[in-house]
Order: sequence, then C-alpha cells, then structure tokens
Amino acid sequence: MATRETQIFVGQILEEEVTLTLDELSGACAVSRERIVELVEHGLLEPQAGADQRLGGQALRRARIALRLQRDLGVNAEGASLVVDLLERIDLLEARLRSRR
Amino acid sequence: MQFKDYYAIMGVPREATAEQIKQAYRKLARKYHPDVSKEAGAEQRFKEVGEAYEVLRDPQKRAAYDQLGKGPQPGEEFRPPPDWGSGFEFRGASAGDQGFAFEGDPSEFFETLFGRAGFGAAGTRAHHGHGAARDRGEDHHARVTIDLDAALEGATRALTLRVPAVDEEGRPHLRDRTLNVRIPKGIQAGQHIRLAGQGSQPGGAGKPGDLYLEVQFAPHRLYRPEGRDLLLDLPVAPWEAALGATVTVPTPAGAVELKIPADSRGGTRLRLKGRGMPADPPGDLYATLQIALPPADSQSAREAYRALAAAIAFDPRAGFGG
Repeated sequence: MATRETQIFVGQILEEEVTLTLDELSGACAVSRERIVELVEHGLLEPQAGADQRLGGQALRRARIALRLQRDLGVNAEGASLVVDLLERIDLLEARLRSRR
Repeated sequence: MQFKDYYAIMGVPREATAEQIKQAYRKLARKYHPDVSKEAGAEQRFKEVGEAYEVLRDPQKRAAYDQLGKGPQPGEEFRPPPDWGSGFEFRGASAGDQGFAFEGDPSEFFETLFGRAGFGAAGTRAHHGHGAARDRGEDHHARVTIDLDAALEGATRALTLRVPAVDEEGRPHLRDRTLNVRIPKGIQAGQHIRLAGQGSQPGGAGKPGDLYLEVQFAPHRLYRPEGRDLLLDLPVAPWEAALGATVTVPTPAGAVELKIPADSRGGTRLRLKGRGMPADPPGDLYATLQIALPPADSQSAREAYRALAAAIAFDPRAGFGG
C-alpha cells in the first residue's frame, strides 16, 4: 500500500466525460444486463443514438436508485422509474425554491 | 451491548401477525428509504427497520428473539443467555431471496444473536455480478466528502475509503484504503469521479473493476454550491445599500469589483456571470446582499442614528396597517 499512496489517481467526471455501454452499466450496478434493459424499456434510461446504445454517465445514478427502490421497497421497474423521475423533479423544484429565497 | 426492541422499532405489538409486520415494514421502509427521505438520520432508521424486519419476518428468528423477552431494564447491559439459539436453525441460513437486503452492517446485537451470515442476502447478492460482469472485477462505489476548494482549484486530495475485504480465514471485514485523487476542476456535488481499474481485481486474469466516487462538499467558509452556481452572502453597510457602492467580492478566480446599485434592499441577488464553479460552461456566482447594522456602541454612533431618525420619516412596520 505504501507505494500506492504516492501515486495520484486522475479520474473522469462520470456525468460529463463518460458514456457507458449496457454491459458496463450492468457491471457497475452489479445486476444482470436484463435488469438494465428493463429500465431502458421503461424509459428510465435513454440510450444515445447508435448501434451500441451507449448511455450518458448520469444513467448510473438513476439506475442505482431505481434498483435500490426495487430491492428495498418491492416496487416494480415501472414504479421505480416513476419514483426516480419524481425525485429528480423534487430536486429541481427545491433548487428553484432555494434560488428564489 | 445494547438490546434492540425490534417490535418498538417497527411500531407493532409483540403479538402482531406476519401480515401486520410486513405492512409496518413497507410503510417505514418507504418513509425512511435513503433515496427518498430527506430527513436527517433516515439512513440509520432505515437500517434499523431493515434489521428488525429481518428478524421478525423469519418465524425461526422471531421465535428465538421472543424467548429473550423484553430485554434488560433500561441502562442495563444485555447479554445473550447461555443456551441462546439451541433448537433453532437460523445460523448461516439466509432468509431467502425475496425482499430486503441492504448495504451495510448489522448491529452488534444482531450479529451476536444471528451471526453475520443470517443477515439477509446482503454481502452476497450485492457483491456478485451476473452475466457480463463476471469476467471482470466488481465495481466499487463510495461517497466522499471533500472541501469545495479542491473542486474549485482541481487539487489533489488524499481520500480514505472503507472497502470490503476478506481476511485469511475468509471472513469479510472493512479495510481502510487511502488514495490520492486529483479532484476534477468544476465537479459538482452529486457527480461521480470514475477511477478506471481501481475496483476489485477478479480471480484469474480478468480486468479489474472501476471505482466510483460520489462527491459531496463540506460546508465552505464563503460559498454554497448549487450545481454549477455558487451562492455568497455579501454583507454591506446600510449606506452602501442606500447610496450605491462598489465593493470587492471574492470569487474562486480572484476578487472582483461589484457595483451595488443605489437603493438596494437586503436579500437582493446580484449575479456575477461566469464566476461560479470553473466548469465548462462555468457557473455563475450569486451574491445576496445582507445589510449589516453598525453597532451603536459609541456616542458618535448613537448621535448618527438619532440624526438619521430625525432626517427620515420611515416606518418599517407600515405594512402592518393601523
């Protein structure tokens, strides 16, 4: 470990500089590819145009929240997708509210 | 060790039916789910509720737990009875696959009674990728709190992560790992830094997984970040707000002169375009005027206030009506 501590890691901003394939996203979420495809089919994740269906980096956060909701609360993919959309809307509205104060 | 009253945590009577327990769990899980709730301590509550449900949903564990009675008197230490667990078959057997499993550790109380392996499917399901993920190592996720200055400057910070590891005897535990990470300039709260290849190394010749760091900011002395924008409270003297002034304002890229228009009110927001987070495109900096009242702590200050009162017919409570 001592050698590692002197090394400086340079990463990328996921949401701005990274796109993920369906397989990379399923790996990052530790679920099967089918579970990710299901979220795409429900419109929670929107792949970019192109044959390999790459997803923007913000898909990781959306997918992870949706999968946690499915696991912890027993909602299905459709319900989880709705919740994620609504949560983002709440975030947006709260940010607007704060900026008006 | 602290005794946990799982019935009290779930808010159900000791004679509650399995159906009532399930309903109570669902309600509380929705209420305290860390992705949904903004309440402080929601995550802790969610874990407690999850642990309580893990015991009460399983007839074997529940029966064994019920034998403990209501626990010791408040303040007394709890110790499991010597014959604890005899006749029950929950050790090592997971409660099945449906429902609940969360990331994190059970309480000491739970672990003493039921062992770590009895803790739902956590640690097994969460850590085994399927299909495509199998030929490469697991990806790791961690949340890190950094100072805003690191993101404003693009500085390097030593981040300590707690990562799951397995000891020589195969027992899982958490290990501290310190990484020096260049914080990407302009990264915003809630965004992730991806460090390729810094996840788990798979057994065999597979590719290592990636490490994702979700960024949060510690409170900053001056700025409050809102996405790309920065908010700054700008104290001004009453005469600066009333007469207008040019004041020096700190911004991440260096101090600038800001013109305060005459007759400004407290709470007015002035925008400094492009002076927020140094992202691409850069955010804006919003300075909110805070009118600071000079203390009337000297003879001359008191006289100045009296002169002001005499000079201006001003009723700050005019809006209250008569």
